[in-house]
Amino acid sequence: MLRKYAMIYRVSLAERMTYRADFLITTLFRFLPTLTTILLWNAIYAGAGSQTLAGFSYEQTICYLLIVNISRMFSSMPGLAGGIAREVRDGTLKKYLIQPLDLIGYLLSYRMAHKTAYIIGTALPYALLFGVCYRFFIGNVPTEPGIWAAYVASLLMAFLIGFFFEASVGMVGFWFLEITSILWVVMTLNFFISGQMLPLDFLPPFWAGLLKLLPFQYMAYFPAVIFLRKVQGAELLWGLALELFWVVFFVALCRWLYRSGLKRYGAYGG
Amino acid sequence: MPIVEAEGLSKTYRVFQKREGLAGAVRGLFQREYREVRAVEGISFTIEPGEMVAFLGPNGAGKTTTLKMLSGLIFPSGGTTSVLGYTPSDRVDAFRRQFALVMGQKNQLWWDLPAQDSFELHREIYQLPRAEYQETIDELTGLLDVAHLTRQPVRELSLGERMKMELIAALLHRPRLLLLDEPTIGLDVVAQATIQKCLKEYHTRRGVTMLLTSHYMRDVEALCDRVLVINHGRLIYDGGLPGLSARFGQTKLITLEFAEGEAPSDLARFGDVERVEGGEAKIRVERAKVAEVLGAILDAYRLADVVVQDPPLEQVIARVFQEGKGGADHDAA
Repeated sequence: MLRKYAMIYRVSLAERMTYRADFLITTLFRFLPTLTTILLWNAIYAGAGSQTLAGFSYEQTICYLLIVNISRMFSSMPGLAGGIAREVRDGTLKKYLIQPLDLIGYLLSYRMAHKTAYIIGTALPYALLFGVCYRFFIGNVPTEPGIWAAYVASLLMAFLIGFFFEASVGMVGFWFLEITSILWVVMTLNFFISGQMLPLDFLPPFWAGLLKLLPFQYMAYFPAVIFLRKVQGAELLWGLALELFWVVFFVALCRWLYRSGLKRYGAYGG
Repeated sequence: MPIVEAEGLSKTYRVFQKREGLAGAVRGLFQREYREVRAVEGISFTIEPGEMVAFLGPNGAGKTTTLKMLSGLIFPSGGTTSVLGYTPSDRVDAFRRQFALVMGQKNQLWWDLPAQDSFELHREIYQLPRAEYQETIDELTGLLDVAHLTRQPVRELSLGERMKMELIAALLHRPRLLLLDEPTIGLDVVAQATIQKCLKEYHTRRGVTMLLTSHYMRDVEALCDRVLVINHGRLIYDGGLPGLSARFGQTKLITLEFAEGEAPSDLARFGDVERVEGGEAKIRVERAKVAEVLGAILDAYRLADVVVQDPPLEQVIARVFQEGKGGADHDAA
């Protein structure tokens, strides 16, 4: 059974590798905004007249903003929701329904291949970027194996949350044929509430506390603060447990939406 | 036991009616209007193992809807269907392993990869033993003459070559039932003929049951000995191809070759003159009057040759479709 999905992974990987150069170029250009962000924070810290803001030194903030890219490397799912909605709309979904195959398993294998190709394709530009910015990493790279293990675990779960969250959004396509606007709202909101723009600790305590209960922080903020050793001990374990809960939650939600979506599809269209 | 059994199969869609203009679009957000579309209305038929059956009907007649119900993509809103002993809409793997659906306008192959890679993927999806898989590949690529193309990315293939690859992908798991929706759409005559030849050959070798829809009568004539004609969601004919002409073609085409020079100019008194060219003339005569007309012509002229034919199948079909709803469904179905 698993071999089927391993094969999908292999074939998808071969397909995605044809886009290596594309990954390389788009990643290089994605770093341009990072440069301006660094300059911006430089000005903010200079104006604040204080060494730290919300417990983050200037170097830590920049390091956070760099390392958040790694979280997003795992949790971002370009084209997943839109792709599902499109397959429903134009009927390509059929090919999964007539074969002894599970759509979600198929998409997951495909996405894993996509991510592998992406990570291989962007390793070089990221190494370059981090190399240029090496001074922000001094003293901020964890040395404890436990932290590294937690970091990797949080990234893997970030992938799963990102996947099943976006797939769930895509399943809405069974009810609304056009989901571009919903998707736009979700993605814009996510950019802020996942902590991609700035560490959640910079927000007023009430909002920071609320956002740290929501699943979105796991797609950017949480892995980054593990790396920076901002969460440790019991707090870290609690965070990982909550992350696992959200994984299970979105797996279940996605499955349920898919099942009810298929019922509707069978009744109304195709 | 029949491979396909459909009993009173119906499908009614609810179609959302869009209102005009911006104000209408806003109102549509709160209050939706629907229209019922009866795509298929109570059709019944059975298909025995090894049959090759064509599904004919104009666009929107309900052919594709029926194929979708048979393959379990959509649920019937009325009636029952059993395919290979299963209820298609349950979509159990054991059922899905035994049939294939090929849609001429949809592709299953990976665009950027060689067809070979898609085949390998199918091997895993259907869990085929390596030896059996290789044997099928060799057989089919030989039959379709594409063995040299399987390592080339699919996007670089011509439409005809791609369709052949699609067909191979669909046949890899040796389905017992093959549903084909417009398999030769958009192909040139040569590619059409190759696909037909392959389907026929494959049918002879493996005895696979086939149900196909096509707009090309050539496909139908080459492949099928039984046709189901569907119009406005109803089955209006179920039987052999020759019977179709007998039933719906009320006229026959008589080709006359006159022994001495030009064809006479007063042929219109015998029937509708289709064409006159030198010593040859084609006239269309009502089926019941053929003998009488022929007698009269033979009395009046000396002929070198006479041929009496059914009109081309296209014309017969076009006529059936024009008859419209309830035109000829009294004792068929």
